[in-house]
Amino acid sequence: MTAEVTVATGTGGLGTDMVLNIGPQHPSTHGVLRLRLKLDGERVISAEPIIGYMHRGAEKLFEVRDYRQILVLTNRHDWLSAFSNELGAALAVERLMGIEVPERAVWLRTALAELNRVLNHLMFLGSYPLEIGAITPVFYAFRERETLQAVMEEISGGRMHYMFNRVGGLKEEAPAGWTSRARDAIGLVEKRLPDLDRLIRRNDIFMARTVGVGVLTAAQAAAYGASGPVARASGLDFDLRRDEPYLAYGSLKVPVVVRTAGDCHSRFEVLLDQVYVSLELARQCLDRVDQIKGPVNVRLPKVVKAPEGHTYAWTENPLGINGYYLVSRGEKTPWRLKLRTASFANVQALSTLLPGCLVPDLIAILGSMFFVVGDVDK
Amino acid sequence: MNPTLADFGHDNGWIVALKVVGVFVFLVVMTLFTIWYERKVVARMQVRPGPNRHGPFGLLQSLADGLKLAFKEDIMPLKADRVVFFLAPVISTVCAFTAFAIIPFGPFVSIFGQKTPLQLTDIPVAVLLVLACSGLGIYGIVLSGWASGSTYPLLGGLRSSAQMISYEVAMGLSIVAVFMMAGTMSTSEIVNAQAKGGQGELFGFEFTYPGWYVLLLLPSFVIYAISAVGETNRAPFDLPEAESELVGGFHTEYSSLKFALFFLAEYINMVTVSALATTLFLGGWRAPWPITQLGPWVNQGWWPLLWFTIKLLILLFVFVWLRGTLPRLRYDQFMRFGWKVLIPASLIWILALAGFKTMNNENLPGWQRGLWIGGFAVILLAILLWPRKRPAPKLPLEEEVAQRPEGSFPLPPIDLQVPVSPRAKRITADREPVQ
Repeated sequence: MTAEVTVATGTGGLGTDMVLNIGPQHPSTHGVLRLRLKLDGERVISAEPIIGYMHRGAEKLFEVRDYRQILVLTNRHDWLSAFSNELGAALAVERLMGIEVPERAVWLRTALAELNRVLNHLMFLGSYPLEIGAITPVFYAFRERETLQAVMEEISGGRMHYMFNRVGGLKEEAPAGWTSRARDAIGLVEKRLPDLDRLIRRNDIFMARTVGVGVLTAAQAAAYGASGPVARASGLDFDLRRDEPYLAYGSLKVPVVVRTAGDCHSRFEVLLDQVYVSLELARQCLDRVDQIKGPVNVRLPKVVKAPEGHTYAWTENPLGINGYYLVSRGEKTPWRLKLRTASFANVQALSTLLPGCLVPDLIAILGSMFFVVGDVDK
Repeated sequence: MNPTLADFGHDNGWIVALKVVGVFVFLVVMTLFTIWYERKVVARMQVRPGPNRHGPFGLLQSLADGLKLAFKEDIMPLKADRVVFFLAPVISTVCAFTAFAIIPFGPFVSIFGQKTPLQLTDIPVAVLLVLACSGLGIYGIVLSGWASGSTYPLLGGLRSSAQMISYEVAMGLSIVAVFMMAGTMSTSEIVNAQAKGGQGELFGFEFTYPGWYVLLLLPSFVIYAISAVGETNRAPFDLPEAESELVGGFHTEYSSLKFALFFLAEYINMVTVSALATTLFLGGWRAPWPITQLGPWVNQGWWPLLWFTIKLLILLFVFVWLRGTLPRLRYDQFMRFGWKVLIPASLIWILALAGFKTMNNENLPGWQRGLWIGGFAVILLAILLWPRKRPAPKLPLEEEVAQRPEGSFPLPPIDLQVPVSPRAKRITADREPVQ
């Protein structure tokens, strides 16, 4: 076993700096992200994120799968936004094949996408305080998740990897009375969410740990291609649901939650406020679903072949912009399906945020960038 | 008839042995119970049932966990210093147990016909013994961090030593007020001193003040409570073992019984600081007011053990409550809080108290007293409300840039050499080229 010691140059003064590996197995990395830190006492001198421990070759696997099979894989790179992921891939294929999706399916998809966004955000709203040291909020977040997951499970049969999208619509019609049960669940979550909100949002210690920590400016966010809640917390007012509407978002009024401070606390707040917004949007969609009759999918040919060409379908996923660049040569499988994931772009910003902060701040910043390692490594 | 300092040191050998075993058993049982209690209370706060499988209400859960720990593989890290690695948990545990020797559980009881106070022993500087033990106990944590030969424990140990130094000072200062009021450092005498209230006179009014120091010395109690949480490494001050930052902190490399010893020491320390708070501020083993109306028997025989335990459990509940509610402070915020808030606050409070006591002793006339108190209050207000220095106005960016010395950012020197990234260098130097 060889010791890796780096002699301090100019920063630490006397002695040597400590080299510390955070991860790949560490409670705060949500998977297998590894950070190689050089520390002077507790201050981080340099941080080098080392990614790829979870690379599963998703893009290469896409190329040997039928278009209908691809949805299973897209489902899995960001396991917290499964519905939104499969939605993006389905949209790309539908666009290339020129399939018109029935209106009822469009509204149902919108409702489910928003519910999936709430589920994703609740996960981080629970885990982030946990990293700061508050052990209780996660249970309140999971109580709400459980309520909504029951609704998702009822319609799709899955609790995490829903596999409810199909090329041309959805897998099947919602069970009888599902929309009213979903509305009840949304009402329940809206009623109980203030428990979580009051417990942590204005907590003095939480504020002391997060306000002014890890400030990402709007220019930096834009330069790194950050998107979603992370970018909007920095004042980058960009939301595909409003700015380039897909699904039924064009006929909905989407309030975009924006903060300008760009610190950990504003990122947390954006997430929290987006939950309220998404619940309201989901309710509106469900109301529309009830008024629309008709099928939820179209009949596909036995062999699904996208015509030769290429398209780029991007969606506002819970964690940011998720894009699929689909290139087809007219075969059963895509010639290339490039994946642009939100987490990958967002964690790039870590390299500017981490140097100079303390180890506890590092944890606060790492948690507030809201990434899923599967989404980083693909 | 309550035990005083003179009543100790006359016990038979076998009574002392019995008491030692009694204290040991009390602590171990309290630890097992407190773990269950904590898990149950925290579970209730987190809308879940908590342990409920082993024994009635899951009471045997912590016993089962302890047994399981004993059968785990004992791992000795390669780079560990073997002797110190082994000694560290022993130091922690021994100190934790020793501190409890001077805690009074009750008045005189009869054990097999022998009349003896329900307390292992008492010495003239009993409270200092607790401070000394908790101070030495931290050596266990610091040494474990150092001896593990690994980075996370080292950081945990470092944090712990800094935390210890800061909060031991605040804790010691908060206890000084109790010494001043009671006029002794022996725990049994401090409990006696809180037995009944005294007569006081302020601005010509005579009044009876209550006996418990928690009411009389509230600022001291608050400071003691805060520093006790810091002293026992409990949330929100659990920096040495912040699991989201340092994995396990100082005990990352420990397993099996050595880990169990640390666990035991942590919970015993929690019990000890709560017991000390009960003794110093909450009237010790004495029953609280409504119960005392039932008759003199409530403060005699074995009954006080019950009141003592109830008070202890209430304080332990607060520990759990804090853990369930609050996030963890950052290390520097925690230090700043200790040095810049707690210690100055205790110093001012002790000064005020000493002044007040001196005035009482000197028997000054009322108007002179008012003058002194008023003067002190004015000085305190002046310090608190003194206007702060205004920060210099922030210059616009252009002027700031213009003020910089030649060649600095954002105008780099012409001959600037951009160093090669260390990662890139390693790839070229260390790796075999692919054939």
